[in-house]
Amino acid sequence: MNTPVLSLDGVRKSFGTDVVLEDISFDVPVHTATVFIGASGSGKSTLLRCINLLDGIDDGVISLDGESISDPRINTDEVRRKLGMVFQSFNLFPHMTVMENVTLAPIRVQGLSKSDAQEQAAELLKRFGLLDKSESYPDRLSGGQQQRVAIIRSLAVRPRLLLLDEITSALDPVLVNEVLSTVRDLKRDGMTMVLATHEMGFAKQVADEVCFLHEGRIVEWGPPAQVLDSPQDYRTRDFLKRVHEAGRL
Amino acid sequence: MSSLNEGAKSGPGSSGFENRTFVAWKPSALELERRKIRSQQNQRNILIAGLSSVVVLGALLAVLVTSPGWKSLTDTFFAWAYGFEVFPKIILGFTTNIMLTLIAASCVAVIGMTLALIRTSRSPALTPFRILATIYVDIFRGIPMLLIILLVGFGVPALRLRGVTNNVLILGTTAVVITYSAYVAEVLRSGILTVHPSQRAAARSLGLSNFQTLRHVVLPQALRRVTPPLLNDLVSLIKDTGLVSILGVTDAVRAAQISSSRSFNYTPYVMAAILFLLVTIPLTRFTDRTMRQAIERQNAQGNA
Repeated sequence: MNTPVLSLDGVRKSFGTDVVLEDISFDVPVHTATVFIGASGSGKSTLLRCINLLDGIDDGVISLDGESISDPRINTDEVRRKLGMVFQSFNLFPHMTVMENVTLAPIRVQGLSKSDAQEQAAELLKRFGLLDKSESYPDRLSGGQQQRVAIIRSLAVRPRLLLLDEITSALDPVLVNEVLSTVRDLKRDGMTMVLATHEMGFAKQVADEVCFLHEGRIVEWGPPAQVLDSPQDYRTRDFLKRVHEAGRL
Repeated sequence: MSSLNEGAKSGPGSSGFENRTFVAWKPSALELERRKIRSQQNQRNILIAGLSSVVVLGALLAVLVTSPGWKSLTDTFFAWAYGFEVFPKIILGFTTNIMLTLIAASCVAVIGMTLALIRTSRSPALTPFRILATIYVDIFRGIPMLLIILLVGFGVPALRLRGVTNNVLILGTTAVVITYSAYVAEVLRSGILTVHPSQRAAARSLGLSNFQTLRHVVLPQALRRVTPPLLNDLVSLIKDTGLVSILGVTDAVRAAQISSSRSFNYTPYVMAAILFLLVTIPLTRFTDRTMRQAIERQNAQGNA
């Protein structure tokens, strides 16, 4: 079997005495989506931030394409170029137009010419139905549009792996779908992804593997049908029951 | 999937608003009545404002003009004929203030930005500079500028260092730059700190280096936020250039002083004051407008 795009082995992360992640191990093969579910505070966001080297880890190894990225001597900028990250709060640059947001990294990081970067960005914006917004500033867009721009922005650097951190949590229920359908398109195109989400229906559609994170540990993992429909661990069952009661399944 | 799609279809875009036909709107009798009342109220308010202004300002003027000292006051401060006679000299002095402002502002921008960047950086190599920058800001923000001008203007020549100028204009400008760099560094630093860390995280996760993040993401947002306070500092800087007159620089203040000490008439000072106002008032208005726009922009962002 090919080397997985991402591989974690025994990763541990704590903030002071507070252990946030404990013995996290999993592989993400190419063209697959791994979805993390779990209550708020279970460590999903921290996990994604650690993979993206925004937070350092205390123990274990994170490898990208078989190469350890948890080595302190690694060039973090180079690693981040291979990873795309989309945040819960969009984090678009408010002083730049949509086009400028999307072309910033291709121009500055990849060294593309402005016209090449714009051409490439226009193609992406067109594909996701946002070309008419390219000269707008983020504060003129709806939350769903902002998040889709954020996804396009992270795609523009052609990442090996996309990290999506609860990208629909800050959105109106009506706007959630446009963002999720964008992610479904990406999945169809073969993008390798790691997601943290509260949308169980969506998790079922895009995930190749679902991991249930509880108090910093993966307590159950497997294909979505197994984890979400017939969970074995009582903590998974308990969580899913509460999600179901909240009407999100 | 189906449930999610249905959710989107029943959104606000398709709830039947487009079927409503709009008829030309005519205000109702009630609304017309309300408009009449509002316009009456408006007229009354304007009348009251005008009347009270005339009464209060008129009374003040009457008290001033009829007071026993009025004649000597106008003779001493508002001897316009004399004022216009010495005006060219004061204008000539004022060009020094303007020149000093322009040079000082450019130097302050560079030094202030450098200090702010050093103080906000986290690079371990810059640690000693960070300490030095902090000490610098603490000291020069805490001393009256007049003292700095005296220390630099009279103290530095007293050292008799070779290659160091004795030109009071250069020394005075240096003193102004030293002080204002500390002020501006703090304004810029606060601006940099108000940019949310998530902006930095987003830029870094796109692969931008620390410097690129600063240059393209953090600083543009920071500068936008601190433009109004920086303009305020510019207004203060223009006024404070008058302080270098104490070193003997022939600026507008010094020129006025020379004329007035010859004639024992203070109109030259008033003329100098008018010159400063001609520059500072428009700049203050402009600052107010910029500030209002900045607030509006921020509110717009909050609503998005």
